[in-house]
Amino acid sequence: MNLIQKVISANDFIFAFLTVGVIMYVSYWLSKNITNRKIPGAAIAIVAGLALAALGGEKGIANIPIFSGMALLGGAMMRDFSVVATAMGANYTEIKKAGLAGIISLLIGVFVAFFVGGTIGYTMGYTAVQDFTTIGAGACSFIVGPITGSAIGAGSDVIAISIAIGVVKSIMITIGTPIIAKQIGLDNPHAAMVFGGLIGTTSGVAAGLAATDPKLVPYGALTATFYTGIGALLCPTVFYFIVQSIL
Amino acid sequence: MKIYGVAILAACFLAGQLIGAVLGFWMDIPGNMGGVAFAMFFLIMLNEQIRKQGYFQAETENGIMFWNAMYIPIVVAMSATQNVKAALSGGWVAIVVGVLATGFCLLLVPLVSKIGASKELTDPTDTTV
Repeated sequence: MNLIQKVISANDFIFAFLTVGVIMYVSYWLSKNITNRKIPGAAIAIVAGLALAALGGEKGIANIPIFSGMALLGGAMMRDFSVVATAMGANYTEIKKAGLAGIISLLIGVFVAFFVGGTIGYTMGYTAVQDFTTIGAGACSFIVGPITGSAIGAGSDVIAISIAIGVVKSIMITIGTPIIAKQIGLDNPHAAMVFGGLIGTTSGVAAGLAATDPKLVPYGALTATFYTGIGALLCPTVFYFIVQSIL
Repeated sequence: MKIYGVAILAACFLAGQLIGAVLGFWMDIPGNMGGVAFAMFFLIMLNEQIRKQGYFQAETENGIMFWNAMYIPIVVAMSATQNVKAALSGGWVAIVVGVLATGFCLLLVPLVSKIGASKELTDPTDTTV
């Protein structure tokens, strides 16, 4: 037993390939045989991943030593590398056509997430300017939240909440996107670019679109990748001053 | 050879990340501004260019397509390494704010899609860069 653990720990990245392979196989089997392909295998696999993550801690299942390789396989470097590879299937004219809508959706997305999030936090008792701003930034993404919170000197408890808000958002998008895709017309490159810009959180958009229709991934990722930068730019500055002048 | 494709992908990726880092530095943002998008643009441009000249070797393309196909498995690994505990431990504020603010943005998807779509036939001038 000890020896097995030793071999796996020394080859944790390789073991991650095996782990994900098994998750994928079981998920696609369930999709085909239990749900009659109504729920895509990718969606089952992603939700299964989230469920496994709950077993671990801050780094999800990677906190369990034999699964530490999952952190590398599922880390930002590998994620972005494979996202870029999906551009091979993207159509340049489609991107050009949806370009303007993409830019508009980015600005609206950051603005709406910030003020809706901050206002809800306000009604729940977080009435200080710093709290409003940090919670609003958390509603953008779990990266924008802590960047903003520390920039404007918010308390660590509020920063922790802002991270949690961002993670809730990411998980909700991951699970919810394939369910509501039809209702919100998310079935073409144009809508996918708008979706990426409005939602932003790259991990959620990436996973949500993968579970909905992998062909849409490059379009959503294209706009989503600007979201965190724009959020980190606006939340601790312009939006902070707006909140300050209102409250 | 497949490695040529992987190397092309890596070159596009790194070039994009570099531009994203420079932009982030200029705008004084900790992190990267659109690096992935720039990398995707490079790959799309390169792909079209090479296709026009007609000699993208199948094996070279396979090197890129492998990573394209690895996308969903990588996303599954990413999901498995999310801080799900933090989401659950943030209390009601985190869940209420996260769900409502996100739901609101989702409702805007069809609206904003319309704004762009009505213009797309008459105004194809803008690009995302």
